Amino acid sequence: MLDQTEGYVTEDGRQIGGVVMEMKNITLRFGGVVAIKDISFDIREGEIRAIIGPNGAGKSSMLNVISGFYIPQEGEVWFRGSKRPPTRPYEVAQQGIARTFQNIALFEGMSVLDNVMTGRLTQMKSSIFHQALWRGKAEAEETANREIAEKIIDFLEIQHIRKTPVARLPYGLKKRVELARALAAEPKLLLLDEPMAGMNVEEKEDMCRFILDVNDEFGTTIALIEHDMGVVMDLSDRVVVMDYGKKIGDGTPDEVRANQEVIDAYLGVSHD
Amino acid sequence: MPDQLVFAMEITINGLMAGVLYALVALGFVLIYKASGIFNYAQGVMALFAAMTLVGIMNGQVPFAHLINAILGTKVHHFGWHVPALLAILVTVVVMIGLAWAVQVLVMRHLVNQEPIILFMATIGLAYFLEGLSDLMWGSELKALDVGLPQGINLWIDETTFEMFGYGFFIDNLDIVATIIAALLVTALIAFSQYTKQGRAMRAVADDHQAALSVGISLNFIWVLVWSLAGFVALVAGIMWGTKSGVQFSLSLIALKALPVLMLGGFTSIPGAIVGGLIIGVGEKLFEFLVGPLIGGATENWFAYVLALIFLVFRPQGLFGEKIIERV
Repeated sequence: MLDQTEGYVTEDGRQIGGVVMEMKNITLRFGGVVAIKDISFDIREGEIRAIIGPNGAGKSSMLNVISGFYIPQEGEVWFRGSKRPPTRPYEVAQQGIARTFQNIALFEGMSVLDNVMTGRLTQMKSSIFHQALWRGKAEAEETANREIAEKIIDFLEIQHIRKTPVARLPYGLKKRVELARALAAEPKLLLLDEPMAGMNVEEKEDMCRFILDVNDEFGTTIALIEHDMGVVMDLSDRVVVMDYGKKIGDGTPDEVRANQEVIDAYLGVSHD
Repeated sequence: MPDQLVFAMEITINGLMAGVLYALVALGFVLIYKASGIFNYAQGVMALFAAMTLVGIMNGQVPFAHLINAILGTKVHHFGWHVPALLAILVTVVVMIGLAWAVQVLVMRHLVNQEPIILFMATIGLAYFLEGLSDLMWGSELKALDVGLPQGINLWIDETTFEMFGYGFFIDNLDIVATIIAALLVTALIAFSQYTKQGRAMRAVADDHQAALSVGISLNFIWVLVWSLAGFVALVAGIMWGTKSGVQFSLSLIALKALPVLMLGGFTSIPGAIVGGLIIGVGEKLFEFLVGPLIGGATENWFAYVLALIFLVFRPQGLFGEKIIERV
């Protein structure tokens, strides 16, 4: 069993820390439809945590609860040791939770660099007059932000398209730019909504590598939703399995794979 | 130099300056349209409201005097003081920010994600409401506005051109001041939107709401900011037009002249609003001068609209607007 405070050591020998985010008995309804039913799980510092499940299982709803787009009717969200009141998406982002979207939400009219720089917005502190006049603290701040943005652009190997307007990029690269923008905020928790959806095998492998590298290099805590079972099992340290809004499994990839309920959900068994 | 050419030069210069005033109004439209996709029909009335408020404060008028007197049977009209122009302008700016906040909280926030046509209809409602409100607050009579801007013929230009061409140009000092202020305003707006955090956030919101939320931008705050900026631009336009032709209801109709400007310049471009304004200003004056006598004059009333119509047919996104590209 897991130790609540100490964390654990992964199979590949990485030390995982304490709980960053904890969901306690979350229930989310849309009218009469129960999207999430009484689900609890935690996300620990430095780990890659996956939420998987068949179509309509409520994975995306869960991610939207974490990022503040949905407010659950019941249950508590705990972030970094304190209970989070109902919070709006932009406040969640300011608290250090960055995310990407399944169907990509980028600023299509801006260049790649400008997109990544918007990820730094929450970090800017100097006054508006200094910024407009490009003087004093603002100049230093801008330089520092720019350096971080460039470092991330290098890291994700998108230097060659720095100045290209995002609207002109192919799908796979857009996904990578979105990841770069999320990383630019130096998030304490990074949420990835189906980062591999719609990609070909090569792009998937690239994305996998980047996710692992990001986690390794920056120690970023990552929670991701994914369809592709093979990918998830290779990538993640622990997996939550959802089906019809309920949690049916939680544990390391091997534990989950051996879970009869999970096998049923994926292979299909009559629900009665 | 032939007389015709000299006249044409004078007319061009005057046209440029009239164009600056058109551009000032168009700028307010562009600001709101860019950041929220709302075509703000009330922009002209906002200029009227701003100018009325400014005059009212400067003259020490009691707001809602008629209403108060009708209800309480009192006879208050004036506080009996005069507020200096600069202070009155500052107070008016605060009022316009308050108005922006009220519009966002009471109207626009409840219409998020509605069709553009519905938002447009809401701004029509807002226009009529504001028109009534400004009458109720400050009375509907024609008022003179004098914030100390120089007016009348610029003698230096008159004399210099007389020496050069044997004919003195008539250039109004107010137009020169308006041009300078407009230039400063546009420079400040561009610096704001390019280099500041709030400006970047504004451009981000204009591009994609969901993405903006996910990088920590409050949509509400940005919209209040944008309406405040539009209110400020409306105030500047109101001061210029009000000084020129008095503060009265017809001030709100200058918004109609901004429409062709927007069609030329594109709804999404600040430089476009400027260039569009200049083209319309010069175009209508020169057209009147050159073609007017041949077809019986009064072309200034329709020239701008016909030009806009031609643009709509051949280049609907305007000169500087974002290209309308649809992926198939």
